[in-house]
Amino acid sequence: MTQAIAPTCSQTAATFTGLKCKECGAEYEAKAIHVCELCFGPLEVVYDYDALRRTVTRESIQSGPNSIWRYRPFLPVATDTPIDVGTGMTPLLQANRLARRLGLKRLYIKNDAVNMPTLSFKDRVVSVALTRARELGFSTVSCASTGNLANSTAAIASHAGLDCCVFIPSDLEAGKVLGTLIYGPTVMAVQGNYDQVNRLCSEVANTHGWGFVNINLRPYYSEGSKTLGYEVAEQLGWELPDHVVAPLASGSLFTKIYKGFQEFIKVGLVEDKAVRFSGAQAEGCSPIAQAFREGRDFIAPVKPNTIAKSIAIGNPADGVYAVDIARKTNGNIESVTDQEIVEGIKLLAETEGIFTETAGGTTIAVLKKLVEAGKINTDETTVVYITGNGLKTQEAVQGYIGEPLTIEPKLDSFERALERAQTLDRLEWQQVLV
Amino acid sequence: MSVKVLIPTPLQKFTRDQATIECEGKTISELLDSLEQDFPGIKARLCDEQGNLRRFINFYVNSEDIRFLDGANTALNTGDEVSIVPAVAGG
Repeated sequence: MTQAIAPTCSQTAATFTGLKCKECGAEYEAKAIHVCELCFGPLEVVYDYDALRRTVTRESIQSGPNSIWRYRPFLPVATDTPIDVGTGMTPLLQANRLARRLGLKRLYIKNDAVNMPTLSFKDRVVSVALTRARELGFSTVSCASTGNLANSTAAIASHAGLDCCVFIPSDLEAGKVLGTLIYGPTVMAVQGNYDQVNRLCSEVANTHGWGFVNINLRPYYSEGSKTLGYEVAEQLGWELPDHVVAPLASGSLFTKIYKGFQEFIKVGLVEDKAVRFSGAQAEGCSPIAQAFREGRDFIAPVKPNTIAKSIAIGNPADGVYAVDIARKTNGNIESVTDQEIVEGIKLLAETEGIFTETAGGTTIAVLKKLVEAGKINTDETTVVYITGNGLKTQEAVQGYIGEPLTIEPKLDSFERALERAQTLDRLEWQQVLV
Repeated sequence: MSVKVLIPTPLQKFTRDQATIECEGKTISELLDSLEQDFPGIKARLCDEQGNLRRFINFYVNSEDIRFLDGANTALNTGDEVSIVPAVAGG
């Protein structure tokens, strides 16, 4: 398991030229590095936007594959044969029933709960990261994960024939552990929270010649989230929404949706428009919401304590950038309790037929809170990002959703049960033995 | 106070490619000064022009983030392990 294979992909002219520090502007070659040597700021991929403006059109995108790779010129890979497992182009659902319940006129759900292959937005970033990992010659890939990323890295590594070793906190939901192990990677369950996993991985990152998708490959990996911006713009008929609401863990997804919109404006694919960005955190891990609320431009780390494990990052890498975007777009960052998160999961399921995980429950609960506080106008076209699937975090809703009505295989048993179901309210019949 | 210090990859050019070094200091601040003595130039990478720790670097003493302890004044004891880790990672 070493970094040994030579790049084998065919290559055309890449649209990216290197890496640049987001803080001090120092420039670097497009290698497996993620922080500036001078100031430790994050490195970002530099693109040739003039070339993109000349060569990319709405038609060229629409004639591409039905996956994130229709936006390949905006992604930091050089190959013409990226790892394409059908990731992306998930439904943008007009959520009329949820909109009515909340009092909004135009509400859309970007549903990455059904992203491929592992049912979360992470398939986007991993498809990009592993394609780039292959180009850089890595034969083993790795990650520090709260669960979804481990699922995705392990699955797509299997497809690509890469060795895989993932690091997770040892207390993750059963579905997320099983949904990683099935692909046969080495799984390190670290006795600690995600921030401790992350620190360990940062120390390990350069010791075994592995490509850590969210550490030494992070500049490439994080770009994959821009496709959540591109797809919404395209699916809205090449227009931007008025307001987006997205979950905040590290803050990376949030900043990259913003970047995606800005890039489409820059190259003339959509008209310029002010889009408000609002972020969602769980109260038990809300360092970004706290900084926003208190008007700070730094993040004070916290120790997470919430059921929303997938977004429980107490020391968020892109937190300051997320705060900055929410402020400058006139958006908000809010947090909600675990109870509100469960209610959010149920509300989305009962109104729209989408079963999301705790991060999605957080986002829906924050959407509701913002609408009730008058912080989303009823006539704003609002897009909510649902980033993960509820079947992976069943523990979170267990005990809050009732039980089946167990009956005998007889007509009168059914009739009695139905009558009870119709006459007793839901909370009561949960406890009645029919 | 001799402590073990874990040096991140971007700074190992200062430490002659050593990933771990032994260093002296009763606090994180003192440790930074003695690191600078042993490896000139390293402090300017860790601290900004005002001498404050850069915001994209995390320091841990025995795995605890010093922001949960006493920041740059966090006391060090012989045998402690100090990790210097780039903050931009994960998520």
